[in-house]
Amino acid sequence: MNFIKNFFRKFSVVPLAGWLLGVFAAVLIEFYLGEDVISYYLYLPKVPVLFGALVMLKEPILIPSVLAYDLLVYVIPILLVARLTAPLTNGLAAFLENMPLWLATLLHLIAFYGVLHLWAGINDYRVLVVKLTMIAVILTVSLNIINGYQGEFSCSHPGFMALGAYASSVLTLKLFANDKVFGAALLPPEYGPYLFPLILIAGGLVAALGSLVVAIPSFRTRGDYLAIISLAFLFIVKSAIENMELVGGPRGLSSQPNFASMPVVFIWMSLCIWVIHNFTTSVMGKALNTVRDNEGAASSMTVNTRKTKMTAFMFGAFWAGVAGGLFAHVLRYVNPSTFGIQKLAEILAMVYFGGLNSIYGSIVGAVSINVLGEALRPLELWKWIIIPLILILVMIYRPHGLISFTEINVEKLLRARNRDNDTGGE
Amino acid sequence: MEYFLQNLINALQWGSFYAVISIGYSMVYGVLMLFNFAHGDIFMVGTYIGFGIATLFLALFMPILPGWVIFIMVIIVTMFLASFVGVMVEVIGYRPLRGAPRASAAITGLMIGIIFETGNLILLGAQRFSFPALIESVSYNVGGVYFTNVKVLIIVVSLVLMAALHTFIQKTKWGMAMRAMSYDFKAVPLMGVSINIIAPLTFAIGAGLASVAGILYGQAYPVLDPYMGILVGWKAFVAAILGGRGSIMGAALAGYLLGFIEIFVAMVFPSTFRDLIAYSIILIILTFRPRGFFGMAHSTQLRL
Repeated sequence: MNFIKNFFRKFSVVPLAGWLLGVFAAVLIEFYLGEDVISYYLYLPKVPVLFGALVMLKEPILIPSVLAYDLLVYVIPILLVARLTAPLTNGLAAFLENMPLWLATLLHLIAFYGVLHLWAGINDYRVLVVKLTMIAVILTVSLNIINGYQGEFSCSHPGFMALGAYASSVLTLKLFANDKVFGAALLPPEYGPYLFPLILIAGGLVAALGSLVVAIPSFRTRGDYLAIISLAFLFIVKSAIENMELVGGPRGLSSQPNFASMPVVFIWMSLCIWVIHNFTTSVMGKALNTVRDNEGAASSMTVNTRKTKMTAFMFGAFWAGVAGGLFAHVLRYVNPSTFGIQKLAEILAMVYFGGLNSIYGSIVGAVSINVLGEALRPLELWKWIIIPLILILVMIYRPHGLISFTEINVEKLLRARNRDNDTGGE
Repeated sequence: MEYFLQNLINALQWGSFYAVISIGYSMVYGVLMLFNFAHGDIFMVGTYIGFGIATLFLALFMPILPGWVIFIMVIIVTMFLASFVGVMVEVIGYRPLRGAPRASAAITGLMIGIIFETGNLILLGAQRFSFPALIESVSYNVGGVYFTNVKVLIIVVSLVLMAALHTFIQKTKWGMAMRAMSYDFKAVPLMGVSINIIAPLTFAIGAGLASVAGILYGQAYPVLDPYMGILVGWKAFVAAILGGRGSIMGAALAGYLLGFIEIFVAMVFPSTFRDLIAYSIILIILTFRPRGFFGMAHSTQLRL
């Protein structure tokens, strides 16, 4: 026990920048040596995709090789580099502390993206997993506004997502693609990537408008009845799209232009987290919490409850619409049955697994459920026994989710760790 | 007119399924103040149990006993077995979450439902089973309206079950305990009525009713699949809310109303519009009457 404690204490001086550097070293090793040298000598057919989880479950005989690979490529280089460069990176972190916070954060984000890009660039499967995970983060964080901060039980998130996905798909197909249904491209396709943000925003606005259908009844009712109203909204959206021949009905829309590349999705995700973090710490965000905790008291303390509820719904729906637009352009195919009860269960699971009233928790929930889902894919059906069981256990032992009611403190996250006052009360 | 009556019978039959299933939601809500989201899948499990029992009994007693005796035996045995499924869900899934936020219980319910669906796929594979016909279907023609004895049977059995449940709730001591519990679930346990007995009982009754709905459903639409509980279950949930939380009569009436809306929408519009219009009507009703038909007005404090 003491050994483990000491082991962790050794690494408590490593700042975030140090960990990033360590991961960068690991990714470089994998990039240059992973395929030809390390995999070859460990008898692995190719580079393990998701830390070898897929290979381990498919061919148990390769488990020792995979573990050795993970140890050689990830664990040892990350720990070594992070610890050895700690004085250097602490100096860097101290230097960045003197800069404006936004600049320091931006630099960290760029470094993080670089590492992620290099890691995912090794094969297409990783790119897809990373993109879908980032979209899931947007969805989860935005649902947390309504279900966590505002305290409703909204079931209509896949509906908002569908609105955004279809609105932006129709726009890109109409404007930038020679489509059978929507005719020739109205604008030269070169403009596409530059106008894509506007299209996503338009998709988000459509979703925000749609959310009024749920937001206005929420003035008079909440709890179970609002859950049903939002559920009815989900079914209405799905059924309406199925009946619209213009957008392909139940067959769906396909061959959207490939605008949602990894940097685009990453920028939107960072933007979403930043905007929602600022929103929830603003006066309006605090008003959401008061409405959740006691609507009458909030109202008597001059909180405009109607405006608050409407803002929460429209804001959450806007980001769900953006996520839907990205989703449609990542998969380049959408159909109405994607946005059904299954999707709802998935998003709700991510929100409640990660934790209510916490952006940090939402990120953790979205990433862990997504990566777990991908890693357990070889188990096929058993995956859908294991993930629900994990969720039930989390609900029993941590009813509010893993990390609830905690906020990210960016300043604390980025700062240097080598000073005495940072080690706590020791 | 004949066309209308014809659809009326169809709507009564279709509404019977919703009514019987939504009573299960409503009863659990009344006692524990939470919705059992696994109920749709309990209905599915009940149908599969009914299928197994029906196949077994048909093989054992077919030449000896008349069809209706086997039918009643299947119903009784299936109800008995399915009620254990309900009790299991309560004890394993919901009991540890008594003090937790209600949304956590909702997530647990959803997850138990997924486990049931996947467990069924793992155990029985993806093949579709066909529910054996327990009663030989006979068509009647009264003044141009065609109906079969199976349809009449479904409607009659549902009504009898609901009447029996009503008597149980109103006349027996257990029913009184359940009513008391839904009146105040904090004070009643202090009076010596254990919630750990009443809650499983409620789940057992709900699961038993759902399994009978499953047998009847199997008589009308014999193809079984593991995801059959999702659609019917969620619609019954909507009916339970529409009727007013915790109101058993409301749930039954709303179930029939939902059946009527769906069948008559399909009569006038193309059938793909069924969900669109049915849910739009529900949304409008709930916007203007947020507590459903028979529900109590609730305080703003109460939330999921």
